[in-house]
Amino acid sequence: MSEKPEKLIDKKGIRLDGRKADELRPLKLQVGVLANADGSAYIEHGKNKIIVGVFGPREMHPKHLSQPDRMVLRCRYHMAPFSVQERKSPAPSRREVELSKVIREALEPSVFVDLYPRAGIDVYMEVLQADGGTRCAAITAASLAIADAGIPLRDLVVGCAAGKIDDTVVLDLYDAEDKLGAADVPVAIMPNLNAVTLLQMDGILTPAEFETAVGMAVEGCKKIYAMQKEALRTKYMTVKEEAEE
Amino acid sequence: MSTLLTRVRQKQIGQLIDAGKRLDGRGLTDYREFTIEEGLIERAEGSARIRLGKTDVLVGVKVGTGEPFPDTPNDGVLTVNAELVPLASPNFEPGPPDENSVELARIVDRGIRESKAVCSEKLVIVPGKKVFVIFVDVYVLNHDGNLIDASALAAVSALVNTKMPNYEVEDGEVKIKAGYSPLPLKSHPITVTVAKISGKLVVDPWVEEEQVMEARMSMAINDDGNICAIQKGCAGFFTPQQILEAAKIAQEKAAELRKKLDW
Repeated sequence: MSEKPEKLIDKKGIRLDGRKADELRPLKLQVGVLANADGSAYIEHGKNKIIVGVFGPREMHPKHLSQPDRMVLRCRYHMAPFSVQERKSPAPSRREVELSKVIREALEPSVFVDLYPRAGIDVYMEVLQADGGTRCAAITAASLAIADAGIPLRDLVVGCAAGKIDDTVVLDLYDAEDKLGAADVPVAIMPNLNAVTLLQMDGILTPAEFETAVGMAVEGCKKIYAMQKEALRTKYMTVKEEAEE
Repeated sequence: MSTLLTRVRQKQIGQLIDAGKRLDGRGLTDYREFTIEEGLIERAEGSARIRLGKTDVLVGVKVGTGEPFPDTPNDGVLTVNAELVPLASPNFEPGPPDENSVELARIVDRGIRESKAVCSEKLVIVPGKKVFVIFVDVYVLNHDGNLIDASALAAVSALVNTKMPNYEVEDGEVKIKAGYSPLPLKSHPITVTVAKISGKLVVDPWVEEEQVMEARMSMAINDDGNICAIQKGCAGFFTPQQILEAAKIAQEKAAELRKKLDW
């Protein structure tokens, strides 16, 4: 890590990477990127690169974990050893255990789990490169991958963070802002249902700043939601065109 | 973390809360009675045991020395670990920490860390080489719900109660001297968990309510009334309006609890 810059955002409201306060990083979303998975998606969110594979609904292993009245959703958030500056041990860290849990709890409200009693779905998220905001990007891609697997959903789940750098509330923190900034508020929502399914925060915010940050993150989510739907449509348009040829 | 609860009971809890009442007679935003006992483990540098209703959590603080993290050479180290001890609930099993205990430890850790409760710069012995390491171990003895708030309260109480050994450095060697001084603290975060049941917001859910709750949100509030950590949990959701409402409740409750504490 280089020395801390004096200011993370200048007088004109421009951030170190040239963005305005409420501007997202460039995004790229792709659906159906893995041949063996039942559903898959890839996201590039700034320098974040995350690939997600979904398997299921399939028979639950081990069997004793299956539920008689519903399907079990399992999520694994994992970072590749080369995804960060210092090599990360491939063994799951406590952070990854916690993130796997909160991501599962963010995605589960969107899935009609009672449609597949005794079955299981596995969602595997691999962070190939991390640049701040990986949990949100992973949720955005994971929800697409679940949809791609043909699993009925109430809505897509989309994630985006807001936070505070210096004294300004900003959208979509990247790595340096996350580390040097004052607060980070990752949020995931189901836009059509006005439902917040993931909310975490670290750093210090006044109640008023918190309200602004949540509002900004929700607006960011809605922008990504449009791209998410477009990515899903693009895959199935291509499938349709191929079928017609 | 579930015990079996009949459908009738689940329905009863939900309907009562819908009518603004609770099975144990509390109002929707009332905490259960709690008592905190400090310094009961003499071998530990700090300790506290909280009884929140029938929930019983013991926190021990051990102080050791070690190397600082390479990216923070001028800060001491704080680690929080949580054990869901099998004697605390029929549903806890021996074995390595599961995701529930990892999450509990990380929520408690984040509240203390993000509020900058411990003056970590004062824990440095030799910069970059040797610092104090504060081990906070959360030991759940009886699970009757809301382990998060109980553990967070007990952890801060144990830190308030922690005695640091006096020392001097001679030729790079640390020599422990007689006597103790208190652990330097600059903030005392209070974590308030708000559960959503039947679409209503409820404070301090006990174990049966936890099984009915759609979602929960835990917020750590520092001495100035600002928010310094949040964790949403469970496979349900909040609307943005409910989140702001929950934040308001958390602030009021934290202020109320703070009055009862001698921090």
